[in-house]
Parts: sequence; C-alpha cells; structure tokens
Amino acid sequence: MAEIRKATGFIDWLDQRLAVNKFIKVMMTEYWIPKNINFLWAMGVVLMVLFMILIVSGIFLLMYYKPDIKLAFDSVNYTIMQEVEYGWLWRHIHGVSASVIFLVIYIHMFTGIYYGSYKKGREIIWLTGMALFGMFSAEAFSGYMLPWGQMSYWAAQVITNLFGGIPFIGEALVVWIRGDFLVADATLTRFFMLHVLLLPLVILLLIAVHFYSLRVPHVNNQESEEFDFDVESKKYLEGKKVESKVVPFWPVFLSKDFFVVGVALTLFFYLVCFHFDFAMDPINFEPANNMKTPPHIYPEWYFLWSYEVLRGFFFDIGGIAAMDIGLAAFGFANVIFMLLPFLDRNTEHTAPAHKRPLFFVWFWLLLIDMIVLTVYGKLPPTGNNAWVGFGATITFLVLFILLPIITKMEANCKCNNGGCK
Amino acid sequence: MAVETSRRDFIGMAFSGFAAAGGVIALGAMKKTWDPLPSVQSAGFITVDLSPMKEGEVQTIQWRGKPIFILRKSADMPKNEKRDIVAGNKHYAVMIGLCTHLGCIPTWMPATKQFKCACHGGEFDASGVNTFGPPPRPMDIPPFKINGEKLVLGEEGPEYKKLVTKKA
Repeated sequence: MAEIRKATGFIDWLDQRLAVNKFIKVMMTEYWIPKNINFLWAMGVVLMVLFMILIVSGIFLLMYYKPDIKLAFDSVNYTIMQEVEYGWLWRHIHGVSASVIFLVIYIHMFTGIYYGSYKKGREIIWLTGMALFGMFSAEAFSGYMLPWGQMSYWAAQVITNLFGGIPFIGEALVVWIRGDFLVADATLTRFFMLHVLLLPLVILLLIAVHFYSLRVPHVNNQESEEFDFDVESKKYLEGKKVESKVVPFWPVFLSKDFFVVGVALTLFFYLVCFHFDFAMDPINFEPANNMKTPPHIYPEWYFLWSYEVLRGFFFDIGGIAAMDIGLAAFGFANVIFMLLPFLDRNTEHTAPAHKRPLFFVWFWLLLIDMIVLTVYGKLPPTGNNAWVGFGATITFLVLFILLPIITKMEANCKCNNGGCK
Repeated sequence: MAVETSRRDFIGMAFSGFAAAGGVIALGAMKKTWDPLPSVQSAGFITVDLSPMKEGEVQTIQWRGKPIFILRKSADMPKNEKRDIVAGNKHYAVMIGLCTHLGCIPTWMPATKQFKCACHGGEFDASGVNTFGPPPRPMDIPPFKINGEKLVLGEEGPEYKKLVTKKA
C-alpha cells in the first residue's frame, strides 16, 4: 500500500484514498475538446441533463403509481394528477422530457451522420449510441403502457403482436412476452419492472460505455480536421491557449454547454408549463378496454417514421403477404442505422456532408424522407395517404441500398485527396 | 510442467462446464417464470346459446380475454362451406374478433356487411375472410363444439376438426 500521510485538507484526504485529483483531470480538466465545434455538439450534455430530469421525476411518480390493472389508471389520473401536491408537475415533466429527449436524440444522431462522426475510429461510439437509442425506445414504450389508458393498452397489443411475425415460434412468443393470452396484469407488471429497473440500469451502463468510448478517438470537429491531441493539449497546458486547437472540457467547454442547456431547458419548461398536452394523447384518458379498439391508433411522434415503414406495404407482392414485407422492412429500418459505419464505404474520411456532394444529397433526402414518413405515419392509411407512405417507405429502403454505392464512388474519386469536392 | 498445465486446464474446463450448465438451468428458470400462470392457462370454457339470435345479428362475447364475433347469416349473405358453423340448419360465422394483421378489433359495418379494422384499413367479409388491406389471412376460428343450438368455446368438437381439415 502506498504511504498515507497526514492530510493537508479534505480534498487531499480524499485524494490519498480515491485519487480524486487524477479522476478530475481525466474526466474534466484534461479531457480535451476541439475548439471548432458548434452548438450541435452540446446535444450530448443536453441529453444527460434530460435523462437526469427523467430519473428524478420518475422517482416521484414511482412513489404513488400502482402497477395493477385495477389501480394503475386511477393512481395516475386521480392520485398523482389530483391529490399529490405537484404530482401533475412531475407527470408533465416526465411525459414532456420523454418526448423531448427523442427530439434531441434525433438531432444528436443526425449531427453524427452529417459530420461523419460515426466512422474511422468512432464506430464504437456510434454503435453504443444506437444501442442507447434502442434502449430508450424500449424504455419509452414500456413507460407509455403504464397509465393503462386505451392508447397504452392498444400500443402494447400492437407492439407485442409484432413478435408474432417471427416464423414458427411467433404465436408462442407473444403469449410468453405477455404472460397471458392477451395484454393483461402479468404484462403490466413485467413492463413496469422493465421500465423502472432493468432498462434504466442497462441505459446507465451504456451511457458509461458511450462516454468512455469517446475518450479514446476524441470528439470530431466541424472541419473534420485531424490533429494530435497530445501536442495540442501540451500547448494549452504551456499557456499557449490561443494557438492550441483544444480546450479542456471543464471549465471552458462546459461553459458553452451550460448556455445551450440553459436555452434547451427554457424551451423545455415552456412546454411543461404551457404545452404539456402534446406529450399526452387524449385517447389515453379513457381507461383500457380490451373489447374496444380506438378508431385510429398511432404511436408517439418519435416512432411514427418506423411505424409508417411497418405499414407502408399494404398489398401483397410476389405471393409474399403485405404484413410480412412490412415486418421485414420494419426490422430493416430498426437495424440499418446501426450498420451505418459499415455501409459508408468511404471509411478513410470523416469530412462533413457539405464537402461530400453525393453524400450531401443523400443526407438531406434521408432527413426529408423521414419527416414525410413521420407526417404520414400519423394520418389514416387510406387512399392517397397509403401511396405516399408506400413511396416514402421505398425511398427509405432505396437510400440505404444506395449508400454503399455512392460512398464507394466517392472513395474512388482521387480529386481533392479523396475528400471529393 | 506439462502435467501442471493440463491440471490447470482441467480445472478451467470443469469450472466453465459447471458455469455453463448452471447458466442454462438459470435461463430455463427465467423462461418459465415469464410463462403464463396456471390460473391464466386454465381460462375456461364458455357456452353460448345461439337460438335467440336474429338473422344478420352480430354479437361479441369474451373468451380467454379475446373478443369472439358470432354472426347469424341472413339469406342474402354468401355461405362459406369452409368456415360456416351450422347449428339447427342455421348458418353462423364464428371467429376470434382480432384483425390478423396486428390484433386490433374490427368493427361490423351493417351497411356494407363487412368487418372493418380502423387501424390499418383491413376489411373482412361476413365470413371473416380478408378482402382488402394488410391482414394476411381470414380471422381465426376458435376451437368449438356444437351441442344442439348451443356453442361451447374452448373444446375441440368434431365439427371444429372437420373445418380444420377442410382448411388444410
């Protein structure tokens, strides 16, 4: 054991036992961030803050919520909303942040795609990020089910039924997941467990890995400029702060993050106080009824694009049932983003999209297509809507099939050192 | 030296063997823990008296938590030999009232004489056969037995077995 001296103060006492000074250096004061990045790089910290808000508000809801199909609806809509002081506030904070967190996740994701931050050494960051997206989706869905309203119930019915599409074991798997022949008490209690314990644990673990994996290849920057972090950080420590291309995470970069978080939270609390209803579906204020389906069911806005891919195929093609094609397309849509680092064949460059003409077009087409899918996912799938949904679904699939081809063309183009301008 | 190495290998293999066996057993236990409880599995049988039903009338009853549509066909509805249940010379269409697409409950439209699922626009005719939209197959027929003009749901009677073989 190292020699323990008489401490000169509390921090020194802790440092001898926990190496706090070293920890602070590695995590904060000597964790180097490039200077030329914009506000879009602050989305990670915004997400962290929103996730903390979710945990705290969730803990307060958890104290009054009852996971039982006879009690759940009233424990939310009467006890929490009417009786508990500020219960309404915790619920609206929880509901709105669950919705807003997806908006920020999408911005975070598309920033990564635009600036090529998913490839060349940053694949693990991308993969853990997409795993987090998957876990947040499961977390959001399991939470949506808990108030046991009509929309909760039928969302659970439809989502669990999706597993029925798996060949051979589908039917039995659906019963196993639900713990009953229909969505019932057993389903509610196990999704409650997933929502409050298992999934948050997995999310916390994934966040730790996501952060850790960022420390090694470092943060990308707006120009995708490559430089030696050791050399640049040495300049900074020597006092040549203007010349150095990096700044420490704490206190310099976080001060910028705090500003963005401040703006984000202003918007967030504006929504919580004045427009909380956008995260609350009116149909969900009717208790669940397993004998009556609401006339039009749809998921929360952040799942609409993949929901539209699921139902985009509404006619059989070549003897394959429309439903099976839809399920296959849905599966494709949910794993394809994960494979992005490997579909982009121009792996040597992390240039931003505006320096890659073909990729630039691809990026904006993808974004527009996903907005179209989201809009039409909310509309009833009849008449022309069905055809627009079909077209947008095909476009989505084709874009991802084209990606390896256009990025390979770009990689083969020798002009401008392969960056292709 | 070689002896010692192989002894260590053996300890390693023995340990991983035990760990793997324990892991498999634990997974089995976890799987069973999520299976439906016995009280759920034994969800019972239901007897429905069909005699008071009028022509063209549809009633919905609950069996194992699922809606069951019973439609007494009127003369103008086409008969379907592969699906109709005949009790006392009257034709009935009996089906689990869940859309075969994603499990929503379709609604009976008396005007057009079809079941329409609002979720994704699926349509079924009076016999429960899918005619439009994403549903991949007709609505399922629950196991049943006919006892005079009474219908027993949950039991596989000879008429049910005949329908199942006709389908295959």
